[in-house]
Amino acid sequence: MRYWTACLVIVLGMSALAFSGINNYFFFAGFVVLQAVVLATAWNILGGYAGYVNFGVPAFFGAGAYMALFLHLALDAPLIVQILGAALLTGIIGLLVGLLTVRLRGIFFSIATVALIFIFETLVVNSRYLGGATGLQLTQPDAIFFDNYQRGLVVLMTVMAVIAVSLARYIQESHIGRGLRAVRDSEEAAECSGVPTLKLKLLACTVSCALLGAAGAPMPMYLSYIEPASTFNLLYAISALAMPIIGGMSHWIGPVIGALIIASLQQIVTVTISSELSVLVVGVLLVVFVVAAPDGIVGLVKRWKTSSK
Amino acid sequence: MEDVLQIKTVSKHFGGFTALSGVTLSVMRGERLGLIGPNGSGKTTLINCISGSLLNDEGDIHFKGEQISKLPAYQRTRRGISRSFQIPRPFRSMTVLENLLVPLSYVRGITGRQADEIAEDILKGMGLAYKMNAECSQLSQVELRKLELARAMAAKPELLISDEAMAGLAGAEIDEVLAILFSLNEQGITIIMIEHIMQAVMAFSQRVVCLDAGQIICEGTPKEVVANEYVQRAYLGD
Amino acid sequence: MIFSVDLLIEAVAFGILLGGFYAAVSLGLSVAFGLLDIPHVAHPAVLVLGAYGAYLLGTYGFDPIVAGLMLTPLFFALGAAFYRVYHFTFESRGDSAAVNGLAFFFGIVFIIEVLLVIFFGVDQRSAEAPYIGGSFVMGDMRLPYRLLVAFAVAIVLAAALSAYLSRTFYGRAIKAVGQDESALRLMGANPVKVKQLAFGIATGVNALAGAVLLIMAPVEPTMDRMYIGRTFCVVVLAGLGSMSGTIVAGLILGITESIVLMFFGTAWAPAVAFTLLLIMLAVRPQGLFGR
Repeated sequence: MRYWTACLVIVLGMSALAFSGINNYFFFAGFVVLQAVVLATAWNILGGYAGYVNFGVPAFFGAGAYMALFLHLALDAPLIVQILGAALLTGIIGLLVGLLTVRLRGIFFSIATVALIFIFETLVVNSRYLGGATGLQLTQPDAIFFDNYQRGLVVLMTVMAVIAVSLARYIQESHIGRGLRAVRDSEEAAECSGVPTLKLKLLACTVSCALLGAAGAPMPMYLSYIEPASTFNLLYAISALAMPIIGGMSHWIGPVIGALIIASLQQIVTVTISSELSVLVVGVLLVVFVVAAPDGIVGLVKRWKTSSK
Repeated sequence: MEDVLQIKTVSKHFGGFTALSGVTLSVMRGERLGLIGPNGSGKTTLINCISGSLLNDEGDIHFKGEQISKLPAYQRTRRGISRSFQIPRPFRSMTVLENLLVPLSYVRGITGRQADEIAEDILKGMGLAYKMNAECSQLSQVELRKLELARAMAAKPELLISDEAMAGLAGAEIDEVLAILFSLNEQGITIIMIEHIMQAVMAFSQRVVCLDAGQIICEGTPKEVVANEYVQRAYLGD
Repeated sequence: MIFSVDLLIEAVAFGILLGGFYAAVSLGLSVAFGLLDIPHVAHPAVLVLGAYGAYLLGTYGFDPIVAGLMLTPLFFALGAAFYRVYHFTFESRGDSAAVNGLAFFFGIVFIIEVLLVIFFGVDQRSAEAPYIGGSFVMGDMRLPYRLLVAFAVAIVLAAALSAYLSRTFYGRAIKAVGQDESALRLMGANPVKVKQLAFGIATGVNALAGAVLLIMAPVEPTMDRMYIGRTFCVVVLAGLGSMSGTIVAGLILGITESIVLMFFGTAWAPAVAFTLLLIMLAVRPQGLFGR
């Protein structure tokens, strides 16, 4: 109950802020951070819970963005339909990639996801309808409740973040979560304990990839502009991976912590020094945590708690 | 006495290497069967084919009258076949108790308070209840073996395969595990035991089967099999 | 798209040479991933690092191939040291660390990329040598000298590596260590030391292969992304652990890419490697020559 109260407070709080006079940069930063929460949480459902490392987050994120664009151009679909359509597409792609690679070793899944980045980007670049390499300009619809459309999107992102985290929390605390942990710990023993390992892995894959696509769907509308290079930006790949690992992969709060820290850090470093350095900082933090604190901040807190008893 | 497990001319190949060749074996309900053979004779491969960790290339496996050769392992477990692993494979991110909750929910559909109670009972029966909330890294060898068996038991199997549960254990520990297996059998569970420790096999088994190079070379009472010249040759070499 | 047999022959010839090049840059991965089972997704990044190293030495007047050979011992030492760290951090922790191993290498990729951008900038760098720029004219075909050099180096490298792995004690130990560590111990070889040697060799090979990369085309810091697909495609196509298979697989990729490039343009060429890879994983994951 406390969890749901907190979620309600966050959503209402963000809505209230959207009505207020706070300057727009706050919302820009907020959008980026909330999007990071969704990406990190989505990644962790497959990476942390099931043990499959998705290197191709830009592929699913971009596919979601371009699916939303397509639905907008072709059907003038409202945003909610765009998001659902994007999630459906990327969910199915995730399922297919899973079916292809999940019986093989984990690294092949990872390589296949990298493959998708290049294949999708190439498809988009060669598609005049979707804007090709130069991209497309879009007109934002009129804002309904808020001062401007972008503020409305930030509230939407807040809701999406709540949905994503709640989904991760449900999976983690249910027997699905325990089954996934069993698969990660010892797949053979899990099978022999009645766990349908293949089905669970595919479920985690589908849900994770669907969320990634949903996160990408609001992008075209938010920026009023879309082009492949920044949409399929490899930066999303390393961030979406670093955030859950640094935050802690075993618990749903880990990706949230990681996203808040890393996304904020990236913003600060990019603005004050350079965007290259922000990539370096994320990369170094990732390596340091993987080597020295593989259980992330959540793990460190747990250890500190048990040692101070 | 009906046969709970029927293995008919089962073969398994790995590339050019034949691990099992035309193995035919039946196990009666409630039986205590010992499976012996030198290293590399195919014992673990046979177990893997029965439990579903591997799929046999030729032949059929029937369990309780049903053809299971094509079923994935988790479905075989749900039908009543459980196994322990030669090198214990506990779920390391979980406590001892939580390890048992996995088969309880996935095989028997039991969760929550009820599952916790049943798991505790099983651990009590194994003498592991005092380590209920311990992490797996804190368990000794014999405790890990007991956990393997406890987890297999949590699935409420009708057939339990124990894969060298006593390997590397000292005398008193061997007796402990043996006693557990006997008591499980008394509850009506059919047990196939793979062991190298001959005294344990002799003491436990009603019938013994010996494998060598993927084939059954001898079958009979423990005394008969141990005295058999082919068996002796297989173990000691020509 | 004008289809003509002449163009096809030229594409195939070009593809063969290109394929040799792809094989050369994949040999290190064949050892690290194919034989040692290390998820070395940073292999292409190390390759680019080698290319920049050769470039750097080139500014002091060294020929790229010579530079590559000079860097080989350094890269070997770095690779061996790196493996020690990797082993103690990840391999000895057990298999639930698989996610961490992959994430680790991914992090290394980005660190290498960014450091290269910081030190060398995003502009392309190229090398100068007498064989870069000219072409060998054969009938209607023009085969660039640099491709011929790359091909030659590839063949020599592959032959040397193959011979080492099958004819020397440690070479055979490397081949065996991926499959049967206990047998290796019985033979008196320490598996960790053997793997260290192998990873050192894989990284050392990358120094020379990086020099070849520099010869082939100007380098820029993010070009490792182009080669993740190509190198893993070659290694998977070959079948894990097969050196001679790497050459064949490289040729297949090179010819396919060349034909696609010739008849469908540059837009689709980068996707060829990944597409081949996905097809291979779907149809025959153990590769053409795999165990």
